[in-house]
Amino acid sequence: MTITAMIVKMSEGLGRTCAIFFLTLLFSLPLGLLVALLRMSKNRVVSTITKAYISVLRGTPLMLQLIAVAYGPFYLFGATLLVKQKLLAIIIAFALNYAAYFAEIYRGGIESMPVGQYEAAHVLGYSKAQTFMRIILPQVVKRILPSVTNEVITLVKDTSMAFTLAYMEMFSIGKQIANSQSSFTPFVIAGAFYYIMNSVVAFAMSRCEKALGYYR
Amino acid sequence: MRILEIEHCRKHFGENEVLTDISLTVDEGQVVSIIGPSGSGKSTLLRCATLLETMDGGSLKYLDKVAVRDEGGRAVYALPAELKQVRGYFGLVFQNFNLFPHYSVLKNITEAPLLIQKRDKDEVMETARDLLAKMGLSDKADAYPYQLSGGQQQRVSIARALAMKPRMLFFDEPTSALDPELTGEILKVIRALAAEHMTMVIVTHEMAFARDVSDHVIFMDGGVIVEQGNPADIINNPTQDRTIQFLSRFN
Ligand SMILES: Nc1ncnc2c1ncn2[C@@H]1O[C@H](COP(=O)(O)OP(=O)(O)O)[C@@H](O)[C@H]1O
Ligand SMILES: [Mg+2]
Repeated sequence: MTITAMIVKMSEGLGRTCAIFFLTLLFSLPLGLLVALLRMSKNRVVSTITKAYISVLRGTPLMLQLIAVAYGPFYLFGATLLVKQKLLAIIIAFALNYAAYFAEIYRGGIESMPVGQYEAAHVLGYSKAQTFMRIILPQVVKRILPSVTNEVITLVKDTSMAFTLAYMEMFSIGKQIANSQSSFTPFVIAGAFYYIMNSVVAFAMSRCEKALGYYR
Repeated sequence: MRILEIEHCRKHFGENEVLTDISLTVDEGQVVSIIGPSGSGKSTLLRCATLLETMDGGSLKYLDKVAVRDEGGRAVYALPAELKQVRGYFGLVFQNFNLFPHYSVLKNITEAPLLIQKRDKDEVMETARDLLAKMGLSDKADAYPYQLSGGQQQRVSIARALAMKPRMLFFDEPTSALDPELTGEILKVIRALAAEHMTMVIVTHEMAFARDVSDHVIFMDGGVIVEQGNPADIINNPTQDRTIQFLSRFN
């Protein structure tokens, strides 16, 4: 098999790699915010449960979580949906996992906001929701962007974990070719693909940071 | 007309009794200055009056709206909808401005009148432009807070409070976060407001300013009003030992 043939074959999996990437971000970014708000809840039960959730998802391997989401329901209830719908299982596991990381980032950002911002808005008559959505959140987004960038770059690389469920994205295809051809080349190609994707991510995120650079 | 009436306000933080039975009235057009050593409870009093802090006991009334009533020594707050109305009666200028850094100067001033008070856009824009002109900041409408000096930021925050067309304004040490050479510009703005008979309560350490601008001076120490009255009397001829001691530090 020529290198070109390998590249062509592997790039057929890039759509799936991107699907994991974008769908995970789409669900985990809002979910992370929700988790952060629950984590900061004044209700002790809610905050304790959320804290445990974050702790477990950050404290165990994503690979294990993928397996748990895909096969857990099958072993527990005989439900086969997530065994068959691999992408669904992957997105659920990734979104839950990344939400835990994003939640801590959001929380750090929210807690770093000076109380004077809340007070100024309160005196002007902003409701709690208006204060959060208009005054606090936009500033939090700017503050946490560098940490979010780190997670997003990790996410690009983590998409390769889909091979655990034999979901044929770019890396899993490469691994298959590597086995059948007894070749190391597919791994080099995979590395190059991830590096290029992350260059794009880094560029996009620095554009975002610039766009938010109009104030300090 | 009476704008503000606080009676028997009490507030404690844990074991610490910060305000003990404070009563205070402010009439329309009156300028009241509150002086006193740091930690005497001046900010806490302003924060209780502006509903940023909940008082433990006492009552609070703006015009004919009761925000807090006293029931057997316990402070009972009105419903949120009523408190929201009450908030429309006053503005507060903070020591450290608390402008919204992600908004331009113009948006800092206009968002609340548009969003909260739902006023007409053209009217709000005109009000904002007038206020900026009055504050000498007409050329800064599109600037962001970080591009302004402390004195300019504080003038924006005064404009932001005034844009709500409040019946009265509170100032909590409006010049304390400023370099000495910038305090003058803020005091000038407040003097101009006083000349227009804006009703104001000002916590300040600027004694000469308090004497010149106010109709009434209150000296607080240890959570109580130790002495109050005519500015010249209090600042030039205090009668209480604690007032004398405090003021001697300023001469
Ligand atoms: N949020 C708070 N929690 C606990 N103690 C507070 C709080 N705010 C103020 N205090 C205490 O209340 C007292 C009065 O504070 P403050 O009203 O800020 O005084 P001033 O404005 O006159 O300097 C001080 O002893 C201060 O430590
Ligand atoms: Mg104070």
